[in-house]
Amino acid sequence: MTVNVSVISSAPKPVGSWGAWFARWHFDLVLGLLLMAVAGLGLFVLYSATGQSLGMVISQAQRLVLGLVVMVVLAQAPPEFYRAAAPWFYGFSMLLLVAVAVLGQHAKGAQRWLDLGVMRFQPSELMKLAAPIAVAAYLQSRHLPPSFGTILVSLALIMVPTGLIAIQPDLGTALLVVTAGVLALFFGGLRWRWIILAVGAVAAAAPLLWLKLHDYQRNRLLTFLDPERDPLGAGYHITQSKIAIGSGGLFGKGWLMGTQAKLDFLPEAHTDFIFAVYSEELGLIGVLLLLLLYTAIVVRCLVISMRGQDTFQRLLAGSLGLTFFIYVFINCGMVIGLVPVVGVPLPLVSYGGTSAVTLLAGFGILMSVQTHRKLLTS
Amino acid sequence: MNRYQAIKDLWEERRAFSGRVYVAIGLCALLLAFLVLRLVQLQVVQHDYFSTRADDNRMRLVAVPPVRGLIFDRNGALLAHNQPSFVLNIVPEQAHKLDDTLARLGRLVKISERDVTRFRDRMHKTPRYRPVALRSNLSAEEVANFEINRYDFRNDGAAVDASLVRAYPLGAQASHLIGYVGGISDADYATLNESQYSGLTQIGKSGVEKSHEDALRGMPGNKIVEANAGGRPLRELDYKGGTPGANLYLSIDARLQAVAEQALGELDGAAVAIDPRSGEVLALVSKPGFDPQLFVDGIDGASYRALLEDPDRPLYSRALLGAYPPGSTMKPFIAVAGLIAGTLNPDAKVFDPGYFQLPGSERRYRCWKRSGHGWVDLNTAIQKSCDVYFYQAALNMGIDRIVSVLDGFGFGRVSGLDLPSERTGLLPTRAWKQKMYRQAWYPGETLNTGIGQGYLTVTPLQLAQATARLAMHGGGFKPHLLHAVEDPVSHDLTAVRPEALPVVEAGNTAAFDKVIAAMELVALPGGTAYAVFKDAPYRVAAKTGTAQVAGLRQDETVAAKLETVAYRLRDHALFVAFAPADDPQIVVAVVAEHAGHGGTSAAPVARALMDQYLLGRVTYNNPAAAALPAPAVDADGAPEEPDEDSDEHPDGWQSAPAPSLPDSGGAVPPPL
Repeated sequence: MTVNVSVISSAPKPVGSWGAWFARWHFDLVLGLLLMAVAGLGLFVLYSATGQSLGMVISQAQRLVLGLVVMVVLAQAPPEFYRAAAPWFYGFSMLLLVAVAVLGQHAKGAQRWLDLGVMRFQPSELMKLAAPIAVAAYLQSRHLPPSFGTILVSLALIMVPTGLIAIQPDLGTALLVVTAGVLALFFGGLRWRWIILAVGAVAAAAPLLWLKLHDYQRNRLLTFLDPERDPLGAGYHITQSKIAIGSGGLFGKGWLMGTQAKLDFLPEAHTDFIFAVYSEELGLIGVLLLLLLYTAIVVRCLVISMRGQDTFQRLLAGSLGLTFFIYVFINCGMVIGLVPVVGVPLPLVSYGGTSAVTLLAGFGILMSVQTHRKLLTS
Repeated sequence: MNRYQAIKDLWEERRAFSGRVYVAIGLCALLLAFLVLRLVQLQVVQHDYFSTRADDNRMRLVAVPPVRGLIFDRNGALLAHNQPSFVLNIVPEQAHKLDDTLARLGRLVKISERDVTRFRDRMHKTPRYRPVALRSNLSAEEVANFEINRYDFRNDGAAVDASLVRAYPLGAQASHLIGYVGGISDADYATLNESQYSGLTQIGKSGVEKSHEDALRGMPGNKIVEANAGGRPLRELDYKGGTPGANLYLSIDARLQAVAEQALGELDGAAVAIDPRSGEVLALVSKPGFDPQLFVDGIDGASYRALLEDPDRPLYSRALLGAYPPGSTMKPFIAVAGLIAGTLNPDAKVFDPGYFQLPGSERRYRCWKRSGHGWVDLNTAIQKSCDVYFYQAALNMGIDRIVSVLDGFGFGRVSGLDLPSERTGLLPTRAWKQKMYRQAWYPGETLNTGIGQGYLTVTPLQLAQATARLAMHGGGFKPHLLHAVEDPVSHDLTAVRPEALPVVEAGNTAAFDKVIAAMELVALPGGTAYAVFKDAPYRVAAKTGTAQVAGLRQDETVAAKLETVAYRLRDHALFVAFAPADDPQIVVAVVAEHAGHGGTSAAPVARALMDQYLLGRVTYNNPAAAALPAPAVDADGAPEEPDEDSDEHPDGWQSAPAPSLPDSGGAVPPPL
């Protein structure tokens, strides 16, 4: 442990330390250990949330290992490679999104999957990376802070794929793609006046938007504002989730002892609502530990981003790191009734393959940024 | 133009980026603070509230119904018990294609049309999520058939459940007495305490099952189970057992009950046997009976209608609800009343010319024997059942004194037997008549009361009880059915103590001795019941009676077939007796509907009961049929006996109320 602490606090390359040894293989030990800590904790919760299904835990562990492999592989390429490949990667992802729109598979009533024969694949996941990479690469080539024209081009890069994802419909992923892209813009120095203007415009458009919403969408919003309005219908998820979390108390009911999850009162216990299982069984203390780990990951990402050697690296690293935080916030927020229910999993913990792999791939690019620095910074 | 080609200020970009990172960190801290505050609110501030909600979610209180107590007779013979039974249940809510389900079940388990109609009847009265029984008492083979194919019925809500079903080994023999249990109706729910019935589906509906419901039921317990979101119980968290129902030992003797039932044979009627030394009811039979089992798991409409529409009215408990004119069986009580009042001199003789006339009236009140009995004293009057003697006795006493003594014997009041419903019969008084008809009491009505006709009606139970009190010289006990109660936990037996009644005219034992002596003559040569009791190895005090029926049947609304009408117009035969006469151990009252005269059709039933009780076996064979010819040619001074009661009244009383009430026949309260 002392070694790790020294890595966090020390200058770029302390010779002879474990960190240096790993860095030679383009692996950031701090980020890596934090990620594995969260993923390991996640597997324990998953075991409980799946009703002690070892099979599901193993298959999730396999995905996580796959994700770690992808992470390490992606870390080997220098950041310049990603910048150069940005247009191709973006174009490829767009192609797949269009393909899904045309001939995708239906899953849970939404058209998100592309059947590759061997496995099914969700192209919107790719876009979570492709969009921020494209925006960062584009902004790298422009004068910053971005001019109006630059902003318009960036927004186009973000909104076209977002639109395609939103009509699948997969609002959760669309939201994360927008977040990643817009955060790249934000880190690129988007002027405050534009930010304020945009926020104002959204606020002004809200009533109009309300009129445009479908009944079920309005219902969802109303239910968010007052879940007890319909505790057996639309508000059931959130009500049961709050009961699970609240009944966990300070110290929790103990691992495998959560009644809400075990007795099936909590829906989606092993996917979107796994945070409620965690909170019920491990209590506030356990939750604070998890949030601390997540925060440490985000801080590490921002530290890496600040060490980035060019604008592309900084914007991309900053965007990916902060998106990860938004990810965590939206999932926790919806489970505890702070934000409306949207389908965003708890990163690295929720059961489900592609999102974990995508996340870890993103961290691979962050490690690439961290470990390919030249001694002379630009 | 040049604006975009300007050299990028890399240091400035880097500085700006750092600024944005700090903003981002601030933003993260803010959002994190929201999360933590919200979590503190849920997990610390509102923890208790959500803990309760979580427990409410998972914990279910499930009632544990108590096992109903058993009913035994006084010797421990089983009268009602709980039989393990396999029941095929269907939860209507889960049976989406009910007809198809029934058809497929029918291939594995025998299901009759009646089962199906009964199932549908019950289904409409039950909440849709509750199981409804389709067939009960499945055989082991049927259970196996179903269980093997269980998988095919996973979406039909069908299941075989083991349960206890109330069973009545005596069947129709004691149906009115023991009663039956049935489903708890909305009307029941309106009056009962629901906590005492949690988990129970049945309640005593009639008979002992109803009157001793509280003791038989026991107290339900409960358990707390943990259930999942689908409501399926997964494990037990807490168990609090209830108390099983108490086992009851009735004073009934099942063998006597069977003997009485057999002795009545095809006759409709009632027989009541009481031990006068304790008031314990030894037999209580009402014929015809019904199969109580029909009601246990819900009777179907057709069977119920059939029972209701049966002209013999099998559901009707004649022993307690049948109000019959007592006829001549009332004479011993009139005699006691006269002796007590001092208006009757037992040795003074009255001349019976075949009729009786009130002073200053031309109207003739006939004796059943047209030729008259000549000079009769009390002994002869009772032995031969002379009407004229009792016209005179009643007239001398006056209705008020008659009523006060008959009231002491319990006529016109319920006996207080521990069964749910009992008629009072009718003991007519001046006040009653004034209220009922706004008319004064006429002397002719006193005459009719003197021979047990007119307005007076009694139930077989009242008749038995009054005879018991007569046998006990005015003492006696409140009649009861409960002999002993077995504590369900300790199995200790607690005997029920007899409740002594205030003695009728205490101190006047001489009056009772006189009448009992006269009643003994009834079973001796020359008496109206001699034919039946001539070889009885014990001393019997008895009185025969015949109750006139014609005119009492206005309540019949259904026009019956001709031969049925003829049957329904025949007289009721009545008989009261006790034995041994000097040490009464059993009192019997028998009413045989439309059976003619008490001496031939009702007395044999009493004889059989007394034989069984006192001797342990029935020595008297051949009731009515075989006994008939013998006494007719008997040379011992009672040649007319068999015919005696047959024309005892029709003339005797029908003419009586005429002066005052043109429609007197119709004015008598319906007997039922």
